Amino acid sequence: MQYTPPPFFKRGPSLLARLSFFALLSLILLYADARFHYMEGMRKAIGVVLYPLQRIVDVPGEVASQIGSFFVSQSYLQRENEHLARENFLNAGLLQTQQELIAENRHLRELLDMKARAGPTSVAAEIIYFGRDPFSRKVIVDKGSSHKVEEGAAVIDDTGLIGQVSRAFPWTAEIALITDREQVVPVQVVKNGLRATVFGTGYDGALDLRFMPVNADIEIGDVLVTSGIDGVFPAGLPVAVVSNIERNAAYPFARITCTPAAGVNRHRQVLVLSRLAPLPEYPPAAQHKKAKPRKSRRDG
Amino acid sequence: MMRGSEFSNLSTEDILLPVRPLYVALTLVAALLLNLMQFTGWMLVLRPDFVALTLLYWGIHQPRKVGFLPAFLLGLAVDVAEGSLFGQHALAYSVMMFSAIALHRRVAMFGVRHQMLHVLAILLLMQVIVLAVRTAAGGEYPGWWYFVPSVIAALLWPVTRFLFRILLRSRRDPDEV
Repeated sequence: MQYTPPPFFKRGPSLLARLSFFALLSLILLYADARFHYMEGMRKAIGVVLYPLQRIVDVPGEVASQIGSFFVSQSYLQRENEHLARENFLNAGLLQTQQELIAENRHLRELLDMKARAGPTSVAAEIIYFGRDPFSRKVIVDKGSSHKVEEGAAVIDDTGLIGQVSRAFPWTAEIALITDREQVVPVQVVKNGLRATVFGTGYDGALDLRFMPVNADIEIGDVLVTSGIDGVFPAGLPVAVVSNIERNAAYPFARITCTPAAGVNRHRQVLVLSRLAPLPEYPPAAQHKKAKPRKSRRDG
Repeated sequence: MMRGSEFSNLSTEDILLPVRPLYVALTLVAALLLNLMQFTGWMLVLRPDFVALTLLYWGIHQPRKVGFLPAFLLGLAVDVAEGSLFGQHALAYSVMMFSAIALHRRVAMFGVRHQMLHVLAILLLMQVIVLAVRTAAGGEYPGWWYFVPSVIAALLWPVTRFLFRILLRSRRDPDEV
């Protein structure tokens, strides 16, 4: 049997020295990431290494759902089929009128010599897992920059906006949900076109509509859609419904809480839209008046 | 190959086989897979940090074989997977590893129940470091439930110990060799 000398002769650097080395290294990384966002390249490299593991983890769930879908009862399928047929019928009616409206709109825009509105293209993606970071609301989806998913792109489901791509890895992408504390969405009240910004609260199912004056014309049940003036989110996506308003004359702004229109935490399938064409530059005269860069433009 | 440094194992009744680095690596990868699993609803609040628990096990039982480097690298991997600040878990796991290695002789002397208390204290320290980093970077204290995963992980300590030892029990009678 081989015998190695007792450990007290060769131990390498002391425990405290090793701790200080690694702690210092992580502090440097933390500072570089939090202040200067230097670490994106390294993040991508590690993301590529993690990708196979993320896929492996997804396998049991996929198999289970496949087995589950094999044993779906006939009555359920019939019911669903009926429901879909009815919905399809209703949608077909809407679509016909919409075709006409689209044509008319294009014609009017041409007459008025306005810039054509380019509709975004979309990529269907599936949520692989929810981020476990309790300080942020993020999900990871199975499409990345190799599928033309871009950072900053809007992400929707069948009922509305659910978030924005915060990081695109080669085969996966990280999506900050609109309920994330750092997420801001410029919106418009459908009823009267009032513009505002919706902030995430960090909790599921609640959004803050901030900086609305106490006397603003807004009521419970009002629908908020993206305004599209930020050049990030396409205009007209449903974002939230106003659920509670506290008007206190002691404060300059009303406290308005909204519930997200989309199933931010419910669906597995989402649609990642492409980035819009960049907005025209600021006019040069307005440039020196700009006091502060807007905080809501997280992609710079 | 028996090494002189493995006396800590002798405090328990059975004598274990020496640990191969491959076995350690496999358990760590399995823990990372468990961390990546998709949970929803209240499971999101309850799920323990399996990577931290596994690292802690090896830090306490094999302090010469599993050191700071795997803790640091796995911390970076966890940061990327979660989309949190790059390095917060690397820092927290490094400090956790330090406490595990510094306390490994002491922890090995206690029974399972008292070991669980030690594990709980170390895991809470790890979470407090993550919390400190995030609040320094502008985050907000998420609530008392933030510490629930550590309690769950500490409750899982006996299970972890049992699982990791199954493959290390010598099956043969040593006299036969």
